[in-house]
Amino acid sequence: MEREFKNKEYKRIAQKFQPKRAILRNIIVSFLVGGFICSIGQLILNYFLIQGMPFKEASGLTSGIMVALGALLTGLGIYDELGKFAGAGSAIPITGFANSMVSPALEFKREGFVFGVGAKMFSIAGPVIVYGSISAIIVAWLSLLLK
Amino acid sequence: MAKNKAGQQTFVFAQKPFILSMAATVGPKEGAGPLADYFDVLLPDDILGEQSWEKAEKKMLLQTIRLALEKNELEEKEIDYLVAGDLLNQIITASFTARELAIPFLGIYGACSTMAESLALASCLIAGGFANKIVAASCSHNCTAERQYRGPTELGMQLTPTSQCTVTGAGAAVVSLQGSGPKIDCATIGKVIDLGIKDPSDMGTAMAPAAADTLLQHFADTGRKPDYYDLILTGDLATVGSNILKELMQKSGVPLGENYNDSGMMIFTKKQGVNAGGSGCGCISAVTCGYVYKKLLQGELKKVLIIGTGALLSPTSYQQKESIPGIAHAVSIEGGH
Repeated sequence: MEREFKNKEYKRIAQKFQPKRAILRNIIVSFLVGGFICSIGQLILNYFLIQGMPFKEASGLTSGIMVALGALLTGLGIYDELGKFAGAGSAIPITGFANSMVSPALEFKREGFVFGVGAKMFSIAGPVIVYGSISAIIVAWLSLLLK
Repeated sequence: MAKNKAGQQTFVFAQKPFILSMAATVGPKEGAGPLADYFDVLLPDDILGEQSWEKAEKKMLLQTIRLALEKNELEEKEIDYLVAGDLLNQIITASFTARELAIPFLGIYGACSTMAESLALASCLIAGGFANKIVAASCSHNCTAERQYRGPTELGMQLTPTSQCTVTGAGAAVVSLQGSGPKIDCATIGKVIDLGIKDPSDMGTAMAPAAADTLLQHFADTGRKPDYYDLILTGDLATVGSNILKELMQKSGVPLGENYNDSGMMIFTKKQGVNAGGSGCGCISAVTCGYVYKKLLQGELKKVLIIGTGALLSPTSYQQKESIPGIAHAVSIEGGH
């Protein structure tokens, strides 16, 4: 009981000295950077559409190019700096997904291709795939039921 | 009665061990910081031509220990024991360094308090008559710590303003029964204190209560007051933790004055994008073995209290929602002349 009080009391004292996250700044920056990345994707997509490519193929190819760009920028050591600056703005677009796969692949290459690259590559992207698939299934069922 | 004990938790050395030499190495980011002139070696890059960050960290510690020996023209066989530790799992940096050295090895772990712990233990072994010369050393590497505690180094993540940047740096000290130079006067061993802080990106808040507890005990055990020292230097509380420490000391009736500083705040400037400041074993190791040692030799500092502060968490413990236990050890060093 006494310990509980002490912990609460300490949190209250400590709070005064903990700088707050710049939430407004972070939201604005992530909106702008995220929007910029998506605009690049849109430009590429539009280019393919103008060339007469069917939408399905064009969108697949666009995603592929964005993933390749994200991977390249990760390898060049630029994407982590962008991430520090833009937060969710660079993490949420598909380029961020590429970063979350390529960065562990690079990092754990030293532990070998099986237990390093192979096992660790999905250490960050894995949960996204798992819960993304589960959400997709739930939404699919719901939409089927509501029809 | 233990003849070398004062109060509850303090070793007082009847025969004060000498620090024959200290050597400090830092990485490129630390080398671009305000204390660059005080370090012996500024590394040009993080990898040092090695195959992995871990191997680079080992190379850095090994070179730093060898440099500390060279400064006194000592050979490895003249050293009785090596007391060293680092941040990596199973303290591989320290033990793999010891593999290269012909020195009997005691590996220790106190998270970022390791340098203070190694100096305190080395002093005990010497004052107790168990050894003539001991090397005490500790180090950390930004990239090895990053991949062990957080995520891949190239992962694009936004950090919170309370987060700290692990220092790439190493410090080594040759502690001796005979000789000249600064002396280790006493050391206070801290308790593990945990006030329920769970945020692993706010270790300053997690460690500040341990630092306050050890400091208060040190002053109680020795009868000294904060103004006894020219410098009271904590390890890596950084801006958040050191402000909390000052507040806790104020509330306990032992306010810290202008002579208080924190290694994590000294080693980087705010412009270097490190949020709250530096952290890691290498932080206080490099600042003590670089800055403090040179100031002691120059006579600008005469009495210094260094307080290594460690957050005793692991990735497993915080993923299991455990709070972060803190520890702090204080070592008092006196100028030689």
